Amino acid sequence: MNELLGFLAWKVLFLPLLAAAVIAFFLQARPRLAAVVSVMAVVVSFILTVVLYAQYRNYPTVVQVAIPWLSIGNLNIEFGLHADHLSLLMALVVTGVGSLIHIYSIAYMQGDRSYARFFASLSLFTFSMLGIVLSNNFFQMFIFWELVGVSSYLLIGFWYEKPSAADAAKKAFLTNRIGDFGFLLGIIILWATTGSVKFSELHSILAKNPGVLDGVATAVSLLIFCGAVGKSAQFPLHVWLPDAMEGPTPVSALIHAATMVAAGVYMLCRVSFLFDPFSLQIIATTGGFTALLAALIAVQQNDIKRILAYSTLSQLGYMVMAVGLNGPSAAMFHLTTHAFFKAMLFLGAGSVIHALHHEQDIWKMGGLKSKMPITYWTFLLGTLALCGMWPLSGFFSKDAILSQAFDQGNYFLFVIGVLVAFLTTFYMFRLFLVVFLGGAKAHAVDHAHESPRVMSWPLVVLAVASVCGGFIGIEQFVQHQFSPSAEVEPIFDIMGPFAHSPAAAFAGLLVIFFGFSLAIAIYWNATSDPIPEKLPRLSRWLRNKFYFDELYARLIALTQDSLAKVADGCDRFLVQGLMVRGTHGSVEFFGRALRLLQTGNLQTYALLFAAGVAFVICFVLFR
Amino acid sequence: MSASDIIFYIFAALTLVCGILVVANPVSRNPVTSAMFLVLTIISMSGLFVLLHAFFLAAVQILVYAGAVIVLFLFVIMLLDLKEEQRRHVNRVVAALSVIVVMVIAAAIIWTIWQTKLGDGLDSAHLEGSLRAVGHLVFGKYILPFEILSLVLLVAMVGVILLSKKELK
Amino acid sequence: MSHIGLQHYLIVSVLLFSIGLLGVIIRRNVLVLYMSLELMLNAANLALVAFSRFKNNLDGQIMVLFIITVAAAEVAVGLALIVALYRRRQTTHVEDLTTLKL
Repeated sequence: MNELLGFLAWKVLFLPLLAAAVIAFFLQARPRLAAVVSVMAVVVSFILTVVLYAQYRNYPTVVQVAIPWLSIGNLNIEFGLHADHLSLLMALVVTGVGSLIHIYSIAYMQGDRSYARFFASLSLFTFSMLGIVLSNNFFQMFIFWELVGVSSYLLIGFWYEKPSAADAAKKAFLTNRIGDFGFLLGIIILWATTGSVKFSELHSILAKNPGVLDGVATAVSLLIFCGAVGKSAQFPLHVWLPDAMEGPTPVSALIHAATMVAAGVYMLCRVSFLFDPFSLQIIATTGGFTALLAALIAVQQNDIKRILAYSTLSQLGYMVMAVGLNGPSAAMFHLTTHAFFKAMLFLGAGSVIHALHHEQDIWKMGGLKSKMPITYWTFLLGTLALCGMWPLSGFFSKDAILSQAFDQGNYFLFVIGVLVAFLTTFYMFRLFLVVFLGGAKAHAVDHAHESPRVMSWPLVVLAVASVCGGFIGIEQFVQHQFSPSAEVEPIFDIMGPFAHSPAAAFAGLLVIFFGFSLAIAIYWNATSDPIPEKLPRLSRWLRNKFYFDELYARLIALTQDSLAKVADGCDRFLVQGLMVRGTHGSVEFFGRALRLLQTGNLQTYALLFAAGVAFVICFVLFR
Repeated sequence: MSASDIIFYIFAALTLVCGILVVANPVSRNPVTSAMFLVLTIISMSGLFVLLHAFFLAAVQILVYAGAVIVLFLFVIMLLDLKEEQRRHVNRVVAALSVIVVMVIAAAIIWTIWQTKLGDGLDSAHLEGSLRAVGHLVFGKYILPFEILSLVLLVAMVGVILLSKKELK
Repeated sequence: MSHIGLQHYLIVSVLLFSIGLLGVIIRRNVLVLYMSLELMLNAANLALVAFSRFKNNLDGQIMVLFIITVAAAEVAVGLALIVALYRRRQTTHVEDLTTLKL
């Protein structure tokens, strides 16, 4: 049985790669077939994952398959798959949401001249992401981690003829590299201390001997957290994600909202047993700070995709905060529901953009309610879910995180969480009101029409998932992973949160009300944003994202300049001066000195000859 | 101290003094004087050869050197019509350095000879360098080098004739 | 110091050699230079004869005979060279002959 399951797991992983290879090598000229192959691969992967999941539900034994791959000295690396609660949930999200987005892309990317390339990259991404999810050791995870970065680079820069897209791709890749460097260092230190990179082995080593990481625990935790900071775009490496919106919208939905950016959170949950209290504190604070920062910036953005991107940042901050608050199951829960509604929001935004011929400024939209009913309703559901409206999925997962903060006694982060919830409601309804209600603010709106079915059906499916995701037992399922013995709360308990931690639940609902009212007050029927006039300074700061890009550019220029100066100094004085000039100078000096001996006078030579003889004789006799 | 010892000291002293006068004559700088003292050196050296019972070599020494080589020197001096060498400025530092270097070499070798007691146990010398014995060796064991030597002399003669031709290219 | 032995002759030989070497280094006249060279050769001859006598081996004397012959040839050639040189440069002074320099 286990063998069959292992085989299935291999298939889940390698089908998308196969699709990517087939498209890249044979189907470049046949875009339709390429799309079919890519969609088939991910759908079959999804079905197989469901089979695996069902099997696992019935017989909850962890599926592990591995083949030895590399053996260098003490370093034994396996190429293995690991299917348990955590990875199955994540694989379901990746293949499920991925399937819908693949299908959506069929219509969205229609007519693009690199149609086949798009699907090849998308399949490559799916493969890499599944590799991260299913890998059973750090080393393999790191490889797929980089592969995900590569496919993200390919997809952000998909329209590489646009300079902004090419720059954004570069920025994303380089920013990720910084985090990955720390991640790799962390893995190496971890291996050097414990001698293993396999998750299950690490777990048992730490369970047997908790002191094995003494001294390096904080360093290892923070370095590994570095990887998550890069991938999940946490402060201070958050700058790449908004720029990544230069990619096609389905890519933003799949990679930069639902799955890849969640990989950092997933990884933190996977190795949550590693972290010591101090680094957990730092992780939680970083998450909370990122959530607040991104939510503030989102308030004054005008590009529909950028608002969603900052919202994603903010929600990722929530998840990281949850991990830091010792609630990985809450983090995974929010990750899952967020994947549903954020993917839906992005697809909805894509639908709007598609209808308006690639117009992304929200102040040139408006009044789309009647033109695009399906998009309108699904977008409304997504917005409510993101804000955390009861009984939509976002309410439950956000409540899980807030109550975690409340239960831990970390009221500071609790307040931040509530504040972020307020800001989220405010900017999401600002977006919603400006885009869908009010009058049309541009001509393009008059010609807008509902997207084709291929695009609207994924929206509907995701809307159903966003509505129901909160009470179908996702959190209970994943809780097994972290506390197998804990008593399982009943599922379909929609009133559960109010009974469990009423403070968090009511605070959440209250701020939604405030945020909603404020947004209505300011943006109902507004044709332009009043905030820049009333609060110019604040608005300018928010609009410019707190000048992080400028600060980084300045900082990088400064370091680069000083490094260049040092290198220039080295080159000038060490290489050019000491080595090149020095060699030539000393050779010339000795040459000139020796030339003095070449007098051309026979007798000088005779004298030198005799002196040489004298020297040799004395040397031989008296040494 | 036997008679032969006294004779050795006399000849040795003569050889060295005349040698010094060849090289550094305080009175005259004329090459002819040097040549004359060279003759004296060679003659006193052939005296030393006699003391070593190398009678044939003593004769050859006087015949070849005093008879032929020195005459050659004198001819050349005469041919070039060399006046007394005008006193030129001698670099004293170089001269002092040369003397020191040469003395170091001489001292080192003499010290070695003295240290190793090279002559001890060999005092019962009785080898006679008579004409008969040398002749036997030259025309017996060393016949081939001897013949080659005659070729060397021939080549030298040809070379000298070539060099002496008026137009040397 | 009862008897004159090998080392006495050798010391005389070394001293004579040194005198010749000094002459080669110091004297400026090419002809005198040549005479100094002859002194050095003779010093070698003396050493060879002394060894021959005290080692009871006549080969050394044969060597001396050969050296004398070669020296005579060498003097002939050398003097011819000096004459040729004098014809071109009108000098026998070593310091005037600096063609060994580039």
